[in-house]
Amino acid sequence: MSDESPQLTGALPVAALDDPHLQPYAAHPERVNAVAVLSMVVGFLGFIGFGITFWISDQVQWEAATLGVGLFGLGFGVAAWGKYLMPQGPFVEERHDFHSTEAERDAMSAAVLERGGIVVKRRKVLGGLFALGAGTFGVVAAFPLIRSLGPKPGRALFTTNWKKDSLLVSLEGRPVKVSDLDVGGVLTVFPKGFEGSSPDQTILIRLADIAPGEPPFPLAPPGRSDWTVRGYVAYSKMCTHLGCPVGLYQEQTQQLVCPCHQSIFNVVAGAIPEFGPAPRPLPQLPLKVDAQGFLRSQAGYDQPVGPGFWERP
Amino acid sequence: MIDKSLRWVDDRLGVAKGGRTFLDKIFPDHWSFMLGEIALYSFVVLLATGVFLTLYYVPSAKEVIYHGSYLPLRGQRVSEAYASTIGLSFDVKSGLLMRQAHHWAADIFLGSIAVHMARVFFTGAFRKPRELNWVVGVSMLLLGILNGFLGYSLPDDLVSGTGIRIAYSILESIPIVGSYIAFFLFGGNYPGNGIIIPRFFIIHVLIIPAIIVGLLAAHLGLLVKQKHTQFPGKGRTEHNVVGSPMFPTFMAKTTGFMFMTTATIFLLAGFAQINPIWQFGPYQPYQISYAVQPDWYMGWLDGALRIMPSWEFVGWGHTWPLEVFLPAVLFPGIVFNLFFAWPFLEAKLTKDRAYHNLLDRPRDRPKRTAAGASVFMLLFMVFCASSTDVLANFFNVPLQSVLITFRIIVIVLPILTFFVTYQICKELQGYEAAGKRKHPVVVTLTPEGEYRTTEMAPHPGDGHEEIEPIPVPTFINLVPPELATGSGVRRVMR
Ligand code: HEM
Ligand code: FES
Repeated sequence: MSDESPQLTGALPVAALDDPHLQPYAAHPERVNAVAVLSMVVGFLGFIGFGITFWISDQVQWEAATLGVGLFGLGFGVAAWGKYLMPQGPFVEERHDFHSTEAERDAMSAAVLERGGIVVKRRKVLGGLFALGAGTFGVVAAFPLIRSLGPKPGRALFTTNWKKDSLLVSLEGRPVKVSDLDVGGVLTVFPKGFEGSSPDQTILIRLADIAPGEPPFPLAPPGRSDWTVRGYVAYSKMCTHLGCPVGLYQEQTQQLVCPCHQSIFNVVAGAIPEFGPAPRPLPQLPLKVDAQGFLRSQAGYDQPVGPGFWERP
Repeated sequence: MIDKSLRWVDDRLGVAKGGRTFLDKIFPDHWSFMLGEIALYSFVVLLATGVFLTLYYVPSAKEVIYHGSYLPLRGQRVSEAYASTIGLSFDVKSGLLMRQAHHWAADIFLGSIAVHMARVFFTGAFRKPRELNWVVGVSMLLLGILNGFLGYSLPDDLVSGTGIRIAYSILESIPIVGSYIAFFLFGGNYPGNGIIIPRFFIIHVLIIPAIIVGLLAAHLGLLVKQKHTQFPGKGRTEHNVVGSPMFPTFMAKTTGFMFMTTATIFLLAGFAQINPIWQFGPYQPYQISYAVQPDWYMGWLDGALRIMPSWEFVGWGHTWPLEVFLPAVLFPGIVFNLFFAWPFLEAKLTKDRAYHNLLDRPRDRPKRTAAGASVFMLLFMVFCASSTDVLANFFNVPLQSVLITFRIIVIVLPILTFFVTYQICKELQGYEAAGKRKHPVVVTLTPEGEYRTTEMAPHPGDGHEEIEPIPVPTFINLVPPELATGSGVRRVMR
């Protein structure tokens, strides 16, 4: 290799080590060097520490501490080396225009328009058919991609599993007796057989202890007093804003609060929204008591439950 | 040895010329250029920790009885997704560290993208020829936010499940096609047929990361091709770049920085608990937690939903849930379209079609700076609105008042911000020394009782800024005369 004669291999500008451009940034390079050495040693020890920690204890703080010290030590050392000890220049690089000359641009557009144009013009039918075929492919290829994903909404958003005479049960499937809740008590209920189902979730509240035969609890409009029974009232538990469970009942004010965006519903006034972004009252479930003293629904909900959607009239 | 393998590769691929140019690539030295690097390195951490998580996480909504080592949950019916994430946290060695590192890395990733974007915006780095890279960047932000949402939905805990429920309802609110989109995506009426977790999973771990990797390659490729912007300074023009070279100076600094970013993420992961899903419990559609607060990058949508008045509109036989559609679909849509369009909009407004490689100081572009500050204020205020309940509790005022205050603030404050920022910029323009580095002076008292001031020597680093920049040279001890040529070119012995 070395017995060839010296030759020029291209522009390699040189600078001697005492050139001001090659001077480190640090005023005291030796001190920085000492810090970098220390830092990298600490980093190395950190990694060793992580290895040991992993085997003897799986404690997240120790793992993080050792790994963090390792990574930080090593990183800090290298960064300090780069920033304070390596040549700082300033160095310069020229920018070159990356756009082409006008002539090159013309040649390119001519190639596309003229060459391509002539080919297509000569065989218009072929061009048209190819465009038609590719376009059709694009459309039909989207069918399986989109249509196979899931079912059409159909009537699913309009109905729940609450029917005439549905038995109210708790999450565990236990039917609710008239005597189960004290005044102020609440329970999440489902129609029997659909425990835990999202659209069916209903909140049952006992507002008063009303004896059989007495007039029903007087709900303020737009509530339906004859949909209450023995002081019980039931509303859909799905917030009409975005469907969060309206889980918090404040007994003193007789309000239901949705913790998601703080909509507040007035329970004794047909659950109208008094505050917050919810636009509609919670739908009310008409209640009755059967011969055995269990709560049942007089009918299903008279409207879709939950948030609004386009098809809702 | 290195020389020999380089020759081998170069014979086949011809990499020496381009490689040398790459090693000589100049990086301007300014702290604000590190923001993008934080984003890059936290994405690397996301990839690495994410791969670890996929080895244990089970993307399935199937119900199982929990048997793991976390006692309070023993015997409960939970989804496999939830059980496996709990397992990751308690039964997999280093699992909790990796999970929390993944989550922290996501927060830092998105935070640094946002700040990086702000720096690009306020310095005008997005102007011609870099509009495309701005668009690529905004796309990555959008995909990153989406992926963050999908990611924290995966554990199927009570808090994130509520988030999925809200997302379903937001889809439903879209006029005409809303319920179709929701049904197709979830496979039915909420909560769907159990397909949503596997779908979110594959989008989260493969589809979006793959797109982001592609965009990242484009982002960095454009950066190399178009070269960096730089602030004006000695020897710096529209036609050059001044700074330190890729190899070795920048490479050392950035490698160190990568390690330090990773260290920060892991330290946070070990010492700052994040998303303790075992405390939230498994998701059940009829249960709700009282601490529903999404990750910070979703907070602005949550805030917008909270302060929106309940303007549902019913007409023409249809329901238009504007109280959801406007804040959760239209508002972010407008914001992101504005982000995407800004470089083109600004060029149109200023009729400025020239190349720009030198950066602006924000105060020299008062209108742009004011517009940016105003949008930032709007987003920040909407973000703050996502804690109306916390604020009401803290200041012990009725929620109602907090809500109304926010409704006023989000309109008034951004407008005010625009004018105040504009004025500040104008004032700063008139003030010569603003932002210049100050040299410390020493004040001495002479025996005669006279005060003298002497300027202290400049910081050695500042000295570098005074030197005329040169092309990156090869460093050598000294130039043997027989190798030196007149034009500063070295003859190489072979
Ligand atoms: C843009 C990039 C990404 C972002 C913003 C992101 C964000 C997140 C977040 C916030 C979580 C919730 C973590 C928690 O439980 O607290 C998560 C979970 C998860 N991520 Fe990612 N991630 C990204 C990329 C990836 C990649 C590339 C993979 C795999 C190759 C991955 C795999 C996972 C897995 C398996 C989980 C579920 C396990 C768990 O929740 O602990 N992620 N992600
Ligand atoms: S979901 Fe109930 S207030 Fe938003």
